[in-house]
Amino acid sequence: MKNDLSALAAEFGLAPDEYARVLSILGRAPSLAELGIFSAMWSEHCSYKSSRVWLRALPTEAPWVIQGPGENAGVVAIGEGLAAVFKMESHNHPSFIEPYQGAATGVGGILRDVFTMGARPIANLNALRFGDPALPATKRIVDGVVRGIGGYGNCVGVPTVGGEINFHPAYNGNPLVNAMTVGIARADRIFRSAAAGVGNPVVYVGAKTGRDGIHGATMASAAFGEDAAEKRPTVQVGDPFTEKLLIEACLALMETDAIIAIQDMGAAGLTSSAVEMAGKGGLGIALDLDRVPVREERMSAYEMMLSESQERMLMVLAPGHEDEARAIFSKWELDFAIIGRLTDTGRIVVRHRGAVEADIPLGPLASEAPLYRRPLEEAPKPEILEDVTDPVGIEPALMRLIASPDLCSRRWVWDQYDATVGGQTVKRPGAADAAVVRVEGRKLALALTTDCTPRYCAADPEAGGAQAVAEAWRNLTATGARPLALTDNLNFGSPETPRVMGQLAGAIRGMAAASRALDFPVVSGNVSLYNETAGAPILPTPVIGGVGVLADARAAVGIALRPGLELVLIGAASGWLGSSLWLREIAGREDGAPPPVDLAAERRNGDFVRAQIAAGTVAACHDVSDGGLLVGVAEMALAGGCGARLVADPAGLPPHAFWFGEDQGRYVLAVADAPTLLAAAEAARVPAMRLGVAGGEDLTLPGAVAISLAALREAHERFFPAWLD
Amino acid sequence: MRAGITVFPGINRERDMAIALELASGRKPRMLWHTETDLSGLDLVVIPGGFSYGDYLRAGAMAAHSPIMGAVRAHAARGGYVLGACNGFQILTEAGLLPGALLRNVSLRFLAMDCHLRVERAGTAFTGHFQKGEVFRAVLAHGDGNYYADEPTLDRLEGEGLVAFRYAAPDGRLVAGANRNGSARAIAGIFSPNLRVLGLMPHAENLVDPVAGGEDGKKLFEGLAAAFAA
Repeated sequence: MKNDLSALAAEFGLAPDEYARVLSILGRAPSLAELGIFSAMWSEHCSYKSSRVWLRALPTEAPWVIQGPGENAGVVAIGEGLAAVFKMESHNHPSFIEPYQGAATGVGGILRDVFTMGARPIANLNALRFGDPALPATKRIVDGVVRGIGGYGNCVGVPTVGGEINFHPAYNGNPLVNAMTVGIARADRIFRSAAAGVGNPVVYVGAKTGRDGIHGATMASAAFGEDAAEKRPTVQVGDPFTEKLLIEACLALMETDAIIAIQDMGAAGLTSSAVEMAGKGGLGIALDLDRVPVREERMSAYEMMLSESQERMLMVLAPGHEDEARAIFSKWELDFAIIGRLTDTGRIVVRHRGAVEADIPLGPLASEAPLYRRPLEEAPKPEILEDVTDPVGIEPALMRLIASPDLCSRRWVWDQYDATVGGQTVKRPGAADAAVVRVEGRKLALALTTDCTPRYCAADPEAGGAQAVAEAWRNLTATGARPLALTDNLNFGSPETPRVMGQLAGAIRGMAAASRALDFPVVSGNVSLYNETAGAPILPTPVIGGVGVLADARAAVGIALRPGLELVLIGAASGWLGSSLWLREIAGREDGAPPPVDLAAERRNGDFVRAQIAAGTVAACHDVSDGGLLVGVAEMALAGGCGARLVADPAGLPPHAFWFGEDQGRYVLAVADAPTLLAAAEAARVPAMRLGVAGGEDLTLPGAVAISLAALREAHERFFPAWLD
Repeated sequence: MRAGITVFPGINRERDMAIALELASGRKPRMLWHTETDLSGLDLVVIPGGFSYGDYLRAGAMAAHSPIMGAVRAHAARGGYVLGACNGFQILTEAGLLPGALLRNVSLRFLAMDCHLRVERAGTAFTGHFQKGEVFRAVLAHGDGNYYADEPTLDRLEGEGLVAFRYAAPDGRLVAGANRNGSARAIAGIFSPNLRVLGLMPHAENLVDPVAGGEDGKKLFEGLAAAFAA
């Protein structure tokens, strides 16, 4: 029996020394349910055991931060007594196994994290990474993930307003699906998860419990072997209709004084919600599983405690409010069951069919959770790229870049996501560098973005981590918003590989530096490790979800050009081609140091741009990122259906380096009055350069033939429909 | 204008509709839970968009059998006005208040984008502020918007002037690319024979604000408000 249990512990993902700790905490062999609880709570997914020591380096505070990491989502004040509540979370492993349900339940899970805190969700975004488009499997995964995100988000009626998609063979066996939700709450009505009040009822609401997703958190904490497809039973199934009812019922109950604590049942289901609520409150909890609403017969305690059935919440109610709460859930036709009480024992005690199936002290379950400072090895910094000759010329390179999977139009994807439900979407996908969504009934608006450049992170994790934060900050700034805070989703390979731990440590160091320099703290986040198949890890992908605020939605600017506007580049150009898309797509190389982020210049340039937008002098603004300056201008032209005549002189740089270099901290501004802008930039000691003037049907370069907007658009729009329709 | 908005479990554009109605009429609409049956005093009942009952059986099929739909039928039989938008249009066909059905989009994908509608019949309570042939922008957001009816029914709708709107190019031409969901004869909206029940697939209510996409849809609501101002 003893040997059987230790073998089972290993199968549940507990290392031998972790299992030994379970035995010493309990002073006896665990029951099956107890083993399940320990292995889920101590999984990488729930415990952050490999990343926690590094995450501490991230700055998490600012005067406007109401709630930093540690709750279901981060909370920042946005003015007028309101708060933005947001978080991003991965659903990578399930999305590979079953793309539709994996992505759909990813959206559902992150929505719950946000409305759990008392916020009405107002926007969803998704950061996606897929493998080589030439593989049939990639096509199946992209199609399923896009349908899943749309299927869930469209039905719950929360607009999907932004996100990003990259392709790289490193994601062939491990696509990334990172979903972000942003909600609005009253700043003085934030709901948290710490339980209080011995004897108070523990209430289960929402959908019934089934056998789906059992031990999903453990699956998400292991690398895939060749048998990934056999893990399908661990994937959960989403029901967006029930989620919609749950949103409305929870928000209605939150209008009352009934709730003391609330926590959604996400990863590790009833186990993690019960353990975390009681643990944070320093109390004990007694659960009676006979009262849990189930949709399958003869479920064991182990199955009920580990089920990851979706659309469920656990709450602690104030005594005497049970009937008030029950009435609301009954109106919304959702299950409502008092399944336990808070106790003063400091233990979680689970009873089922007359037997005690689990009895675990919560203190040691949390305090003796494994915490690893794993061996790490940081790769040497890459060489700065020497000059690369231009093999094709500027115009053919632009046409190829703008048509490439990483830069082409994402219209095919947006066209399946309802971006307008709610009636508050000010800037839809593609209209601006960040999505802009207004707060209903106010002028106040939020700017929202997700960003990461994995090829930079692969080349230099520290520089890439800083760049991801800077780009998110820049994208918010480019709409005119004041960046407030970020949520992160750190996607890496196995932490047991020193080189991968080196990437994680380096990326966090870079993120921390940028976050501090830009006053852009981290208020929530998620870590997804073991993103590797057969020993091949993904590119390090620390995705940043940024939130900014605009006092007046009308001040938000987009990227569309209009005839007659003058184009001005803000920020210095050095023609940096290392790790650029031009280098990969045109020169066929993926080497060289990525562009460094000069954080002081980043801040100075961004603050200058934001001030110009606030002054009302900027008609359009686009940051310079993937593909460099010419791709940025082309995107502005396509968005506005208006060409441009570019007259800028590369100033000693090779033309391809000037037009396609990916130097950081840069923006293209379209203004009516360039001389005034150039003078203001000079006074602010911000590098600025006149690029040309908008107008006509072509994009014209100095000394080169004109590129027709129609041809550019045809190339830009081709990839997704040709690939997937 | 005294308007009411039906709220079924899973409906999600009821607030959007309320904003548009209030903006045009200056009066907050009454929100009507699906179990209510008293619609007295209402000029207009609006069945908004969303996914009533998750669209799990068939879009609109479950909601069509809810208690409030009995009251909506009686309201329509009394000559009351009804607007069904998107899921509301699906519910009206399922409830038998309008002919035909809304099938899966021909692409078999959800469609979320702007479209252009050509006004086929002006001078009704819903189209009083439009000219015949006028084109305006609206928002598509549906998986099942492909209008279907048999040929005699389509001929009757056309013959009796009950086609309200068609999908068109911005210049008003009926081109295949404009009819994204594949609707029969590019039909986007139809009237009941007394012109008092309108089913409309796209969302005019999402374009009533210059800051949030534009004001193309405002005319529909202003027309309604004017019709009931007396």
